[in-house]
Amino acid sequence: MPEATSNSVFSWHRLLVWLLVGVCMTSTLSAQQRVIPLDKLQSGLDFSGAEVQSLQADEFANPGNIALDTGNKLWSKPDGKSNKSCQSCHGDISRMKGISVRYPAVDKASKKLFNLEDRISQCRTKNQKASEWPYESDELLAVSLAVTATSRGMPLQAQIEGAAKSHFENGQRIFMTRQGQMNLACTNCHDQHYARKLYTDPLSQGQPNGYPLYRLDWQRMASLERRLRFCYTGVRAEIPPWGHSDMRDISLYLMWRGQGLPVETPAVRK
Amino acid sequence: MMPPVFSRRQSIAQLLKTVLAASMGTLLSGAAKAQVDKLTITGLSEARLRTFEEMIRPYVQNQELKKEGVSLSLPMLADNGHMVPLSLKIDSPMIEAEHITHVYLISQRNPVPLMAKFVLGPWSGRADLSTRVRLSGNQSVIALARRSDGSFIYDAQEVVVTEAACVDNG
Amino acid sequence: MSSARLQIPPRITQGDVFKIRLLVNHPMDSGFLRDIDGVLIQRNVIRHLVCTLNGKEVFRVEPTTGVSANPLFEFYLRATESGGMLFRWVDDKAYIGELRHNLVVEAANTSKPSGN
Repeated sequence: MPEATSNSVFSWHRLLVWLLVGVCMTSTLSAQQRVIPLDKLQSGLDFSGAEVQSLQADEFANPGNIALDTGNKLWSKPDGKSNKSCQSCHGDISRMKGISVRYPAVDKASKKLFNLEDRISQCRTKNQKASEWPYESDELLAVSLAVTATSRGMPLQAQIEGAAKSHFENGQRIFMTRQGQMNLACTNCHDQHYARKLYTDPLSQGQPNGYPLYRLDWQRMASLERRLRFCYTGVRAEIPPWGHSDMRDISLYLMWRGQGLPVETPAVRK
Repeated sequence: MMPPVFSRRQSIAQLLKTVLAASMGTLLSGAAKAQVDKLTITGLSEARLRTFEEMIRPYVQNQELKKEGVSLSLPMLADNGHMVPLSLKIDSPMIEAEHITHVYLISQRNPVPLMAKFVLGPWSGRADLSTRVRLSGNQSVIALARRSDGSFIYDAQEVVVTEAACVDNG
Repeated sequence: MSSARLQIPPRITQGDVFKIRLLVNHPMDSGFLRDIDGVLIQRNVIRHLVCTLNGKEVFRVEPTTGVSANPLFEFYLRATESGGMLFRWVDDKAYIGELRHNLVVEAANTSKPSGN
């Protein structure tokens, strides 16, 4: 019978500890763990190439600035049964500075997570008593852009505690979960392989700080929601309908993931 | 901190330029203007490449045509085919006696060959122009200018057009 | 709602050849692409864009589907006279877009006459 030596390295206790460590390492990330550390965050601009970068910087030629002009005009245009403009209640648009960096945020009344477009739409129908602007309509994007642009340069600072916590966790879960025919999770490309090429394009980190932005492929302004839906197309997953809470939950997770990145809107991307 | 993508892009650009030059080199030489491309696919990004004759014929019949005086500038490697910056400079005094009357931007592969026509005159002062064009795939672009004496001058440039990673419209 | 942005040098002197940058808000739909729901978007491009100064044409461009959306045009003009500049464009839907600018051309410095 083999003798168990007294200085054997094997022990059930040690095995249990290592098993526990292993389980912790492979389980889903806890709320505050970042895959890309804060000091390694990069805006999509870094991956965009010289032409796109110069186009974004050209205040005159940036195609997004046309929508910005429109948005600023719409801000002061009276509309709806109330015959009020955004300005009537909110004052000059510059007072919106710092607002967009907190979005998406939970709407106290409905308990739903609102992105900025949702908030604007609600204000329009409830307070202005005006007709609803459809999702991705020129007007809605223009006003969302105008409001976001007042925060240009400010760091993203979404809140993920309290009522937002469950939304944040859902967003994080979706980001980490494989889906679609291609069976890819957002994290597979945007955390694990950013800066590498997908065909001829370098993959970005998938940061949200430039939205709403002008997308060259679509030749028009685009919201973050539209871009996320297109990501679903990219992995051949079933796209949820417009306004789905999952899109907002992912947006909240992205805002936390990109915390500190400066608002760049209107950005230009391919 | 920029990710290290340039050297690979450069080598792709070099490779494609070599392939492009090999297949299209004769297009731009005076000797083989009548070369006809054998491709018959007519999809948007795989359309038949037009010959030099086909590109020029609607505008130049018997008039003098010279490859001089026009300097066309497009990126050698266009990030995105939807918006390719194009600029050109033309050497002309732009006075009543000698000026540029028209400039044509012609595509080799786009569904519509003429991209834009500009009308200038001595009042323009300078025959330099810039715009942004759409290019459906790798091709040559010609900037053709008509002088006030009826003769034509031109310049041509090859452009490699890369597609965005996900090609359909979301 | 087609608007445009114009960039002209702030001070123009008689005889200068100055650059004009014009950015027009227009989708320039080629008729080849589909929209967000997969429906083919009908062709709608600017057919011509003309710039006149005091009623006289000083620039014309006739773009086709080959020009990008929200087209940018940069061209030159020799400064001869002040007056009303009108940029006018018409698209496939017969929509007319206009932008007006009051061009001010300062007289060139003349050399001072020699002492009296």
